[in-house]
Amino acid sequence: MSTFLGIPRRASHEDEESPLRGTLPFPKAARKALANDQLRRNLAHATAVIRTKRALVVDEMPDWEALRDTGSAVKTQVMANLPELLEQFEANVIAHGGVVHWAADAEEANRIVTDLVRAQDVDEVIKVKSMATQEIGLNEYLEERGIAAVETDLAELIVQLGHDKPSHILVPAIHRNRTEVRDIFLAEMADAPADLTDEPRRLAMAARDHLRRKFLRSRVAISGTNFGIADTGTIGVVESEGNGRMCVTLPETLITVMGIEKILPTFTDLEVFLQLLPRSSTGERMNPYTSLWTGVTPGDGPQNFHIVLLDNGRTNALADQVGRAALHCIRCSACLNVCPVYERTGGHAYGSVYPGPIGAVLTPQLTGMHGHHDVNSTLPYASSLCGACYDVCPVKIDIPTLLVELRGRAVDSDRGRTIPGGWDAAMKAASWVMSDPKRFVAAEKALAAGRLVAGRDRKIKHLPYPGSAWTQSKDMPAPPKQTFRQWWQETHHE
Amino acid sequence: MRIALIATCLGDALFPEVARATTLLLERLGHEVVFPPDQVCCGQMHVNTGYLAEAVPVVRHHVEVFEAADFDVAVAPSGSCVGSVRHQQAMVARRVGDTLLARRATALAGRTYELSELLVDVLDVTDVGAYYPHRVTYHPTCHSLRMLRVGDKPLKLLRQVQGIDLVELPGAQECCGFGGTFSIKNADTSSAMLADKVRNVVGTGADRCTAGDASCLMNIGGGLSRQDTGVRTIHLAEILASARESVAA
Repeated sequence: MSTFLGIPRRASHEDEESPLRGTLPFPKAARKALANDQLRRNLAHATAVIRTKRALVVDEMPDWEALRDTGSAVKTQVMANLPELLEQFEANVIAHGGVVHWAADAEEANRIVTDLVRAQDVDEVIKVKSMATQEIGLNEYLEERGIAAVETDLAELIVQLGHDKPSHILVPAIHRNRTEVRDIFLAEMADAPADLTDEPRRLAMAARDHLRRKFLRSRVAISGTNFGIADTGTIGVVESEGNGRMCVTLPETLITVMGIEKILPTFTDLEVFLQLLPRSSTGERMNPYTSLWTGVTPGDGPQNFHIVLLDNGRTNALADQVGRAALHCIRCSACLNVCPVYERTGGHAYGSVYPGPIGAVLTPQLTGMHGHHDVNSTLPYASSLCGACYDVCPVKIDIPTLLVELRGRAVDSDRGRTIPGGWDAAMKAASWVMSDPKRFVAAEKALAAGRLVAGRDRKIKHLPYPGSAWTQSKDMPAPPKQTFRQWWQETHHE
Repeated sequence: MRIALIATCLGDALFPEVARATTLLLERLGHEVVFPPDQVCCGQMHVNTGYLAEAVPVVRHHVEVFEAADFDVAVAPSGSCVGSVRHQQAMVARRVGDTLLARRATALAGRTYELSELLVDVLDVTDVGAYYPHRVTYHPTCHSLRMLRVGDKPLKLLRQVQGIDLVELPGAQECCGFGGTFSIKNADTSSAMLADKVRNVVGTGADRCTAGDASCLMNIGGGLSRQDTGVRTIHLAEILASARESVAA
């Protein structure tokens, strides 16, 4: 099937360099993170803290499951009617004095934003809620054109000053501890106090002073968004520090970049999502700041408001009846915080600005899977399918099932190769053996030879490849003297 | 009740003691156990590795074998295999457009139970008359916990075992890192997950770690063995099948 939203879809290419696409296969990228003890300690601590907080505030909600069902139903409706909802949204933004731009991909979105910034004749902009702009590499694009983009979210600021990439959707500096943050501030923040300590309060105050000067001076702000509301043309941003409020009220010009999936049909839908999001993401009953703005209000707030509606692969995902559920994501990051794989590898291993379980399903859909040599094909395998992500997802995205489906596509995208890979051969052979009892019994007999390689303690400590991956950290038991079916025949005479 | 045993491919070939214990336990409770001898595998390994087309003949064979057998309910001493029967078999059939096979698989799944589900929900028993004088910690496997929602059924059964000293496992709900071929494809990450699980098991001071899935126990047991912890793994079915006269090792 195809989905047409009025903007022509562009094919994604595996050689395309993009913040959405890594350069290393997941297992290889993960190895680097796994070898970093400090990183793993930071991650384990931070995810455990957020996990516990989230569980507490979710458990106190008697209607949590009903809210999840509602959130999921609203999102399903949104996907089914996305073209109409976007048009309605566009009409309402325009009616309230805003300007709407459509961007098919990162390049187009970057160009639109840059032109808008240049029109205001500034060389510095402030930013908040930067996920969508990170996806398109906006900061780098602006920098190459002489425009400095200053992140105002504390964690984003730490990442930016550290010349680093975010490692988490919600806590981009989750992989940094406070001593590292102090060192980054001292080295990179020109107006940081020389006697700065690693006390969290002092770090926050240093950032606050630094940012306050930026807020008061900047004439242009760029934001992302949590929600775009079709029936009113309203944009919503939820945050914790007040930097968002500063960005969306002080400058004369506000440019918002919004992924087209962020639409909610009606203003009253916020009732559901403003309950689901903070509890799932920060483990709070309500986030400290919620900013909602509708077009332009004379004499109050930015007098020029632009919104860039970003596709960048989303219609590819939308065209996929199974995979489109990944577009339901409200970027709460609950799935990252419970994922045992994410907890140990951090976000960088996923190679995309969208890490963790949701990233493992979203990234391959946004940028395609092009055979076994494509790093994207390793992402759906970056999960033990433990199911913890599905349990916490506020909009009930069945991530394990999506991962399995995408694994199927990764395999299918490779079919027809002249030389089948090792896994292909092994899985075909196993299918042949496991669909016939005679062949299986013959295989069991062959397996019994494994008794010979076991030590006297019946432990196999080294298996040949690929079993060697198994025996790197654990023993394999030797096959038993008698299979179950042999025992059954002996004892039950059948 | 006439109960068909799904021994599971792994159980049949590598851990026959688990299917044996399941048989003896159910027979001791007065039920008739049947073992459809042509059974092989539920297809889970193929599905979870992405070889969905290759899973179809395996699923079809499972469905045909159990459809032909005469029984009231089927049981597998494995949360993940029952999860596969209940949540994956029909999915792969539908994916290749075989709606008939999907319907047949769904019908069979409706009378297939994991062991603790069968005992507590269907047979309505929590005290199975077991005796097991060991300090035991229980790992709730991911698929039992989250795919099947067995909840505290295994613990209800374990609490009734005489002589047992049941100790809580910290971080119990976290995956042990097995995940089938995940443990090979992402061996380093898997090993890191296993290391934490092994540390938690050893920290309980238990001499036995139990679970409802031989595959997870193979993983945890492999780690416990490699580090010479002295802690052994034992399947839930084996503990429940143990009696004062014949205490399982």
